[in-house]
Amino acid sequence: MGVYIIRRLLQTIPVLLGVTALVYFILFQTGDPTFLMVSTDASREEVERIRRELGFDQPWYIQYLQFLGRAVRGDFGVSLRQGQPVFDLILERYPATLELTFAAMFIALALALPLGVISATRRNSAVDNLAMAFALVGQSTPVFFLGIMLLFVFGGLLGWFPIGGRGRGEPIDELRHLVLPAITLGTFSVARNARLVRSTLLEVLGQDYVRTARAKGLTERVVIWHHALKNALIPVVTVVGLEFGTLLGGAVITETVFAWPGVGSLVIKAIGQKDFPVVVGTVTILSASFVLINLVVDLLYGYLDPRVRYR
Amino acid sequence: MDERLKPETAVGVPALGRELGAVARRRARSRLVSSLRANGLASFGVLVLLLVCLSAIFADVLAPHNPRVGDLMDSKLPPAFLPGGDPRFILGTDELGRDILSRVIHGSRISLLVGFTAVALAGFIGVVLGLVSGFYGGRIDDVIMRIADIQLAVPFILLAIAVLAVLGPGIQNLILTLGVAGWVTYGRVVRGQVISLREKEFIEAAHCIGVPNLVIMFRHILPNTLAAVIVVGSFAVASTILAEAALSFLGLGVPPDIPTWGGMVAAGRDQILTGQWWVYTFPGLAIMLTVLAINALGDWLRDYLDPRLKI
Repeated sequence: MGVYIIRRLLQTIPVLLGVTALVYFILFQTGDPTFLMVSTDASREEVERIRRELGFDQPWYIQYLQFLGRAVRGDFGVSLRQGQPVFDLILERYPATLELTFAAMFIALALALPLGVISATRRNSAVDNLAMAFALVGQSTPVFFLGIMLLFVFGGLLGWFPIGGRGRGEPIDELRHLVLPAITLGTFSVARNARLVRSTLLEVLGQDYVRTARAKGLTERVVIWHHALKNALIPVVTVVGLEFGTLLGGAVITETVFAWPGVGSLVIKAIGQKDFPVVVGTVTILSASFVLINLVVDLLYGYLDPRVRYR
Repeated sequence: MDERLKPETAVGVPALGRELGAVARRRARSRLVSSLRANGLASFGVLVLLLVCLSAIFADVLAPHNPRVGDLMDSKLPPAFLPGGDPRFILGTDELGRDILSRVIHGSRISLLVGFTAVALAGFIGVVLGLVSGFYGGRIDDVIMRIADIQLAVPFILLAIAVLAVLGPGIQNLILTLGVAGWVTYGRVVRGQVISLREKEFIEAAHCIGVPNLVIMFRHILPNTLAAVIVVGSFAVASTILAEAALSFLGLGVPPDIPTWGGMVAAGRDQILTGQWWVYTFPGLAIMLTVLAINALGDWLRDYLDPRLKI
């Protein structure tokens, strides 16, 4: 197990290096940022001086290494528009995005598991057809459209939930603000995972050991929840890690719909203002979180399924 | 000499082969059609997709009004079937008095154009890299798969957002971004198939008689991976149309003067509380139905071509 953890940790290093290089390469295409930082009436000498001071006169690989050296220390530069360090801006909004993402993940798992199990155990029944129809529709609905429809019906028409923002202070108020965005973000994952649970469970139910368990006279409930589901969940756990990628990306869209004060709405605003350090910082930090969450999921996976460790 | 062994009679063999081939093809075609007919959801998908394609091709003829120009006197009219509606505007008008129906019809063009071309580009890159990676293995394989890992570490939408933020909106940039960002799935699926195929006897035989590597890759291995590529591609069209809609919704996709479904939903966002639900509901439904149709077709294609494929 120890070797597995160390090997898995070492594997994330090149990926993180690659991600920063990719993001930096994208940034490099924007050209020299000096002009965005000096006033329009600055003299040529002054522009040159600032460019040298900030290292923009160096070749790209030197600049990348310098960027990397700063990024490791959490220094992503200063926002061109707000004058604040990028890292502080992101840190301020990061908890909101995590809260939304984890809430969506919770909804996804809490609904997908029972839906998938019911569908698989009552294959081709009305319940199964209904659940799978719901899953197909859920997978086909754009996140932003679902968000707007929920806002229109439950925020506008019925007035049950607030129409945006995160609420402050009281837990009940914060929860009410969280409900619609979390459902919006989670629905796609509910749909995808319900289908996955159903298909893997169906596969497992055809195995010999399930027949043996039934032949022993175990109740159907024990067979399904104890024997079958445990094995059916192995592929689902793998997907959970990757699901965070979808959710972090989807969070950017959900946040703009609900004016949720997370890093997603920050990055969209920064794009509008051509505030590139903020864009680069956000993409790097979100990608790094995704890589780290995947690492944690993989380590858990190695714990759940001993076969993984020996591969 | 026996009459049957004369060389001339052997000439009949290729002709017979052709005959049998034609019969087999006819049978395969009728099996395809009957399998499609038996699947209600997939037949529905074909119908919807056909409708969307027709409206994209004949948009100029079908649309009752100019999608880009409206009369402010006709602003915010509800659909014709509601009180206060105008029979000239079946699905109502937006705040600039533009006909929603005409804009939805024209919007199908961008969705299909971006969806299919970006997927074709991604498929091309992915298939070639997957073939090379699986066939040669070793260091080439390592490099290509590490690049795939890095790209997967950045959530898809986030990568597209970052690239488009730098490149700026535009149809070409959008296709290029979604195409380059989307190759990884094909690459991995094709690589996996190639690795198992390259050990098969017919490939060994081809090597033995001196068939060049490139010919083996493209003539003998590639056709055997196409079933998987088609299935991956069909789901990719659905997810690319969703991504295009999301990016246009965020204002990063297509310039706002071109009608797109995502852009229309974004423009209608301000009307959530003022009650003009038709402005965003109809384009949103158009995205949903189109994606639903493609997903249903993809499900059927997977079951038909390769039921064991886990996608």
